[in-house]
Amino acid sequence: MISRQAAIIGGLAAVAALTIWVLFAGLPRWYGRSSGRSGAVAPTTAAVPGRKIKASLFYVSDDGLRLTPVERDVPFGEGTVEQARQIIEAQIAPVAEPLVSAVPAGTKLRTIFVTPNGDAFVDFSRELVAGHTGGSTNELLTVYSLVNALCANLPAVRSVELLVDGKQMETLAGHVDLRQPLEKNLAWVQ
Amino acid sequence: MLLFAVNPAGGQSAAPPALTILSKDGRRTVPLTISNDQELILLDDLAAAFQLTTRDEPFGALTVGYKGKTILLTPDQPLVSIAGRLVSLPTAPTRNGRRVLVPVEFISRALTLIYDTRLDLRKPSRLLIVGEWRVPRVTMRVEGGDLPRIVVDASPRTESSVSQQNNSLLIKFEADALDLSIPALQPQPLVQGARFVEPVTLAIDLGPRFGGFRASTQPLETSTRLTIDLMSALPDAAPASVPPSTPPPPDLSVLSAPANGLRVIAIDPGHGGDDEGVKGAGGTKEKDLVLTVARRIKAAIEARLGIRVLLTREDDRAVALATRAAIANNNKADLFIGLHANASFRKAARGASILYAAFAREPEQSTRASLGSERLPAFGGGMRDVDLVFWDLAQIRYIARSGELAALLEEQFHDRIPLSAHPVDRAPLDVLESANMPAVILEMGYLTNEEQEAQMNGPEFQSTLVQAVFDAVVRFRDTVGSAPR
Repeated sequence: MISRQAAIIGGLAAVAALTIWVLFAGLPRWYGRSSGRSGAVAPTTAAVPGRKIKASLFYVSDDGLRLTPVERDVPFGEGTVEQARQIIEAQIAPVAEPLVSAVPAGTKLRTIFVTPNGDAFVDFSRELVAGHTGGSTNELLTVYSLVNALCANLPAVRSVELLVDGKQMETLAGHVDLRQPLEKNLAWVQ
Repeated sequence: MLLFAVNPAGGQSAAPPALTILSKDGRRTVPLTISNDQELILLDDLAAAFQLTTRDEPFGALTVGYKGKTILLTPDQPLVSIAGRLVSLPTAPTRNGRRVLVPVEFISRALTLIYDTRLDLRKPSRLLIVGEWRVPRVTMRVEGGDLPRIVVDASPRTESSVSQQNNSLLIKFEADALDLSIPALQPQPLVQGARFVEPVTLAIDLGPRFGGFRASTQPLETSTRLTIDLMSALPDAAPASVPPSTPPPPDLSVLSAPANGLRVIAIDPGHGGDDEGVKGAGGTKEKDLVLTVARRIKAAIEARLGIRVLLTREDDRAVALATRAAIANNNKADLFIGLHANASFRKAARGASILYAAFAREPEQSTRASLGSERLPAFGGGMRDVDLVFWDLAQIRYIARSGELAALLEEQFHDRIPLSAHPVDRAPLDVLESANMPAVILEMGYLTNEEQEAQMNGPEFQSTLVQAVFDAVVRFRDTVGSAPR
């Protein structure tokens, strides 16, 4: 009896888990595939465990004037949106010397949207602005490390618009116009 | 009571020579006789005008009296005696029967010593002012060709206002009368001529190609200089003035056509107020440093080039990026130079760099930037064709010239100011996008580099940088600035 009850409970739990998976992961993933480029809403699942892709991430060059691409393992994400999330999470993660990140410490990724045209909207926590040093060079390096990380690794992303706390920003620190999506710019890469 | 005086140069041969006397009783003229290039005046006329008495003395001498004081004149002697004191005259009085002629200097050298009211003889304009009237000496000239500049000097210092009325610019002076000299002007497409309008106004008659003007005043040592730059209308435009632009920023903005030449430069000291910009390790704030340097650039260019320099902020205050561009646009600046100090995540980073705008999908945006022209009502009446430009794409028409300005700055900085390994860069910089003129941002150096921070705070670095910017502006003016867009 006990084992039968356990089986029923286990079965119900499995159905519930499957339903949850279908609702929150499977459907968006399927939707993402069917649209070819992206889904509208970021899924809440993590990456497929253990699977990695190689991605170019961008860090401050030795002379401090440009970005240097560094190839790193990034968790695989199913679909453009999920992969974009994994790449940005890796790009904003703290790094050890000799690498220097152009993203202010403490910056968190809030969410990512990708339109069918390939315009990615990437929303960060306020540390992206509040923790910024200012100066046009640093501002350009911050912006293009994020823009290039997506555009250089994901062919489906054509441009990136950076948001902070869900809102469009005029600039991070008074220089670079963030009111429109920015395209990959390798002029800022060594 | 208002008085006026006008003495058109070149008109002297037409009218018989006369001295205009301005006094509380009004204006009157007294004939002059010219003999050997000397202007002579009849003593009887002076006596009538100033209630003088004349009395014959022995040996042909003559006494001129006023309220108990006397001047003794001796025929054929270029000297007069006043209370035992001898005063020289350029020529001796001449006597022909009852008619005694004295040089006009008799008034300013002799008569003024016995008269109880101030006498101010303006010999070049044949004007005599009796009493304390504000009668500035006003001279004007027209410089330049296609886009003329009218320079009006008023001495002593006198305030004036400029307004447009129909096809004239009216320069009205804060004075009782004008001692005005108007040169003979050849009618030009923008300026037809100049004339005096009673009582204290100089009117500039505008030509059919007049499109707008920009006026500024500058105090000189003893005079006030009013400079009016005239702008040409668009090729097919009707003659009328430029409509005043409104401050920032609708998506669609009315901007006047760019003019050739270099008359106003906007210097934009970055940040300000709560936005301190970069903070150096030694405590230097970018907002303070750039304001100091901007003021020095302004002083150097205005004093030595006569180009008006406009600062987008004069003190430590926050100014929105769109407002900075609007200040430059509304004042029809010919150049925009943003001043900044830089920061790098690496302390070793050093050197100045010059940035100019980049637009995403530039060729596509370039065709979208202009909406063509539209006929709109103009300030002061009439209609005018104006270019309509997207506010945030205004700069796209000037990209090439902005690049040339950046290159000239780099050239002038070379060997004088440490340059970055990437001295000229392009980026989508907010403040530059709406600038309707060649525009750059000048990053003077890295405040995150301790050595550079100390350097940039020093007078030597600043003087060298100011001189380099000055030289680049001169080079731009002499090469790119005068070229058609």
